[in-house]
Amino acid sequence: MTTRTAEEAPVAGREELISGSEAIAQACALADIDVVTAYPIRPYDTVMQFLSRLIADGALKCEFIVAESEHSQFEIVKHASAVGARTFVGSSGVGWFYALEAIAVTAGLRLPVVALVGNRALDDPGAFGCEHNDALAVRDLGWLMNWVSTGQEALDTALIAWRVAEDPRVFLPCAISADGAFLTHSQQIVRVPDKRLVDRFLPPYNRGDLQLHPDNPITIAPQVNEDWLMEMRKQTDAAMRRSRDVIIEAYLDFNRIFHRDLTPFTEEYMTEDAEVILVGVGTLALPIKVAVRRLREQGQKVGFLRLKWFRPFPMPEVQKALSKAKAVGVIDRDYSFGSPMHGGVLAHEVRSALYDVEPRVPVVNFVAGLGGREITQPFAREMFAITQQAAQSGASDTQTHWIGVRENQE
Amino acid sequence: MTTTQKLPAIRGVHNAPLEEFYTSGHRTCQGCESALVMKLMIKAAGPRTVVLGSTGCMYVANTTYYSTPWVVPWMHTQLGSSGSAATGAAAGLKALMKKGKMKEEPINVISFCGDGGGADMGLSAISASLTHPEYNHLVLMYDNESYANTDIQVSGSSPWGAHTSFSPPGKARRIMHDRWKKNTAAMLAHGHPKSRYIATGCASYAVDLLNKVRRALTLGGPTFIHSFDPCPKGWDYDPRYSHELGMLAVETGLWVQWEIEDGVLRYSGPSRMIAIGRRKRKPIVEYLKRQGRFAHFTEEDIAYFQSQVDEIWEKWGTPGVSSVKLDLKGDRA
Repeated sequence: MTTRTAEEAPVAGREELISGSEAIAQACALADIDVVTAYPIRPYDTVMQFLSRLIADGALKCEFIVAESEHSQFEIVKHASAVGARTFVGSSGVGWFYALEAIAVTAGLRLPVVALVGNRALDDPGAFGCEHNDALAVRDLGWLMNWVSTGQEALDTALIAWRVAEDPRVFLPCAISADGAFLTHSQQIVRVPDKRLVDRFLPPYNRGDLQLHPDNPITIAPQVNEDWLMEMRKQTDAAMRRSRDVIIEAYLDFNRIFHRDLTPFTEEYMTEDAEVILVGVGTLALPIKVAVRRLREQGQKVGFLRLKWFRPFPMPEVQKALSKAKAVGVIDRDYSFGSPMHGGVLAHEVRSALYDVEPRVPVVNFVAGLGGREITQPFAREMFAITQQAAQSGASDTQTHWIGVRENQE
Repeated sequence: MTTTQKLPAIRGVHNAPLEEFYTSGHRTCQGCESALVMKLMIKAAGPRTVVLGSTGCMYVANTTYYSTPWVVPWMHTQLGSSGSAATGAAAGLKALMKKGKMKEEPINVISFCGDGGGADMGLSAISASLTHPEYNHLVLMYDNESYANTDIQVSGSSPWGAHTSFSPPGKARRIMHDRWKKNTAAMLAHGHPKSRYIATGCASYAVDLLNKVRRALTLGGPTFIHSFDPCPKGWDYDPRYSHELGMLAVETGLWVQWEIEDGVLRYSGPSRMIAIGRRKRKPIVEYLKRQGRFAHFTEEDIAYFQSQVDEIWEKWGTPGVSSVKLDLKGDRA
């Protein structure tokens, strides 16, 4: 596993063998959330099972509301957030889509709801394995978005999520994506920090003069139409732009208070001198890093870049990490049918980020691991080999390669 | 349950508070009865209230940026979310007060929706909201019998046969809308034993409506009121007759005014007089002929409509409330 706790300075707190979902539930307790809403769908719902247990046992005092649908689930926290309550919610796959109306307006309302997306395929046909299209549906709407790859990172990122989302310079909701099963259900050693340290890092949520309360009789979300909507969209855009510095600030404080050394936006793995770099998000980091080490042993200059944050997109970090590579391969655990390269979302974003980099770096797109299919070592090596071919030819290969898929099934 | 505001009953219109918390700035149609419902609702509740409004006429026509009529804090909620908005705001306030993050005081939470938002799309969320005895809130459904904000499309609550933009009378089909669902409050009252107060009302009987809002908020927990709102634009009549049409709906027995408090049903106003046999129902044709939306009705249609109203009063186990009759003798097993 990529957990680095062993190398770090000792932090007050305790070590526990817990799943990614449980790590997020622990973060909820540490953050002293006020309102949480649950509705069952695999795999995210494990976080709610852990949370309900924490609440039942008195470890967290908070309103635990089991909604009658995902739509209500997200509407309830939206309004709780408007009156000033710290909130947590989550969903997976089609459940996330059932709530999409509420999810869209939460960003428009600038309400700092924090949600866990336990990434899941959008059945039909029935599938509950990991795919990223659920979370990606909101990529354009004003949600802060990140992908975590370990239980430790899940806990850390949740604390950072409230801090950034609730910062008055930002006031945007935040979706933490965790790969279904791979992270939500797998256990790792996680260091759970001391609550007193968390209180130093995470100030109380203060909605200020936007709070819905009789002492502050404002009207929220009146009809603005063509008169004002554009100005308000631009305000959301400005908030998203400002969030970058707020995220950097949060990581600096996080590292200082918890004695850690996290990088805010990306994780670079042996990219320094790499000629060929694969890019991806989430738990596929594990098999790709193993492949990098094996190939390095054979003398191949390969590396891996993991995007931790997706919105705001870490443009400078991506450009810096990839500009010296001879070719880049982007692994999408998602699809964007009919897109320019008939590939995935991430590849198009990375390719766009590299457009102005001189000399332009060839980009190859891989669609892999859909529906929770495992990304094995042979698949990882295959992706490196194809990217190496692009490095040799010096040209982008725009055909998009589906990795680990049965042939002749059309 | 946290404490509620104790709002005493208002004895007669002259004793109603003079303060308005829904004032100028709205752009509702002339003769809009739903606007009156909003005004009465918040007059009854008073200033220490948070109001949440679903998409619909009372959102779009009322809350134009820079000219909102709401003096109290107000927030929009999605079309099907009046129940969730109420639960969310009430839960948020409760959590913050319980944990000492907000000054403790009883704050009314009222969430309103139209018939489209309530009787159609939002029914499941309202139902869920009524299962939370620990949160104090009122969901008020103002029923103008169509999706009136979007062009008068038929809703689940539109009356049988009404001409709407989705149910126009034509050569092949005179009656395009043949559903009948007018019993949302009673439907909710029967499945949610933890709701202490569920009522119907009509702004034509303003004091009754004021007191029903006050009763709901005073009793606390999750409560629901369904108001019957004549709509000049959607029903096609001269705006001056809104008040009269509301009264006619009650006097013909089409709209039945009642309240259920802690499981006890009471009729109010003319509905009570009809129920105890002190007053005869007016024929439904007096109500139907006043509205353009029924102009295509034949004698047969009017007779059918009358038979449906008769059924409500003569065949239902509990007139106007429940069509279910008790049979202790029959044992089919």
